[in-house]
Amino acid sequence: MSFEPKIIAFLCNWCSYAGADLAGVSRSKCSPNVMSIRLMCSGGLEPAFVLKAFKEGADGVLVCGCNLGDCHYVDGNYKTLMRMTLLKKLVKQLGIEEERVRLQWVCASCAEDFVQAVNTITNDVKALGPYTQIKIEAEAETSRI
Amino acid sequence: MAKLKLALYWAASCGGCEIAQLMIGDKILKLIEAADIVFWPVAIDAKYDDVEAMPAKSIDVCLFNGAIRNSEQEHMAKMLREKSKILIAYGACACRGGIPGLGNLHDRQSIFNTVYRDTVSTEKNGNIFPQTLFRVSEGDLTLPVFYDTVSTLNQVVDVEYYIPGCPPEEKTTWLALEALLEGKLPPKGTVISHNVKAVCDECSRKRDIKKIKKIYRNFEIIPDAETCLLELGLLCTGVATRGGCGALCPQVNMPCTGCYGPVEGVIDQGAHFLSAIASVIDSKDEEEIRTIINDVLDPVGTCYRYSLPDSLVRRASLK
Ligand code: SF4
Ligand code: SF4
Ligand code: FES
Repeated sequence: MSFEPKIIAFLCNWCSYAGADLAGVSRSKCSPNVMSIRLMCSGGLEPAFVLKAFKEGADGVLVCGCNLGDCHYVDGNYKTLMRMTLLKKLVKQLGIEEERVRLQWVCASCAEDFVQAVNTITNDVKALGPYTQIKIEAEAETSRI
Repeated sequence: MAKLKLALYWAASCGGCEIAQLMIGDKILKLIEAADIVFWPVAIDAKYDDVEAMPAKSIDVCLFNGAIRNSEQEHMAKMLREKSKILIAYGACACRGGIPGLGNLHDRQSIFNTVYRDTVSTEKNGNIFPQTLFRVSEGDLTLPVFYDTVSTLNQVVDVEYYIPGCPPEEKTTWLALEALLEGKLPPKGTVISHNVKAVCDECSRKRDIKKIKKIYRNFEIIPDAETCLLELGLLCTGVATRGGCGALCPQVNMPCTGCYGPVEGVIDQGAHFLSAIASVIDSKDEEEIRTIINDVLDPVGTCYRYSLPDSLVRRASLK
């Protein structure tokens, strides 16, 4: 069976969620691997949420916000940009490939951008394979001689 | 009243916690009045066999420092858990993994290669390497098994209390010991320190609006005595670190590195600090933002200096 990745998408309420909704209403073809979580603003996304998604078994995380300058809370998405830039560096050090974390601005009428982001991350993660967390608990037993 | 039975042990640690325990100074006399030390490898001659022979729960309190990264440490953690009524994770390594926890960026084989093979100064000695088991006519010689992953004490056994710090400050140690001696125990799971808020809360440096254009490494600038170090562009983790130490490091121009662990209620100290760094950058230009952030050369080592095994992701992926 081919690998179907689990991808968590964090969408801001005002632009990105509306954009994603529009993609649905317009019946755009979009890979079904994404489960979305709505936030009021992408600036409310704690980096810990992304790490928690991986811990809970996600293979990739997509973060969407309004275009820069259009955030409904003025500069929430600048915060997102800074956090995600640093977070990408951090997860790379932890062996989580950069392609597993994607930041995409999606405006309320930008259904296409959303579809494209979903398809890109799905294909990238499919190519990478599952994000495997090691079974740490088992180690102690198996490494015994 | 019968004297308390106290045990102290060290696992993956540097020895600093033992020094910190002795730092209570003449209060140690008070301690000895109220407690008998039944096991303390650094100072008294009780052996593992003696501990093994003790009945279950016969030790009142065990202060356990160091993380768990090999089979001997795991064995001792389990044994001391069984023999002790109260098990306390003492110091950053036992609480959160500590500096040895950064080993979780690597694995058993790559650490072995670095230590025994690849460093220029290592003598090859005909490729003679330590083995976990070696048979000689007199019997079997064994060494502990080294694990891929460093764990905190509570990832291996149940723990009652935590004493934070690398190493814990004298006043933090005494706060815990006093509570024990007086029998005024806090609820299980308490991290014992004088402050549950952040180090910034105890820091005398002046905070204004934190807006930085450049991130510096410690040697690149000499901070003035008054301005918040983070505002100067130094990566001070005080905002994401539990207080109780008295903000010792920023007082002497050293950014806090986070040794007291996360503030109450935060599960991932590194992610918390990462978020803080991102909020102090002053730029609306994508390129400039990237340039500023590129100066954070070692995000994991900066954000999780003492807490990688305790973090959400816990370790780097194994190849
Ligand atoms: S960030 Fe550091 S220097 Fe600034 S107030 Fe907090 S502890 Fe003090
Ligand atoms: S200032 Fe930070 S690093 Fe220094 S002792 Fe306090 S908690 Fe530890
Ligand atoms: S409301 Fe969309 S990013 Fe802030």
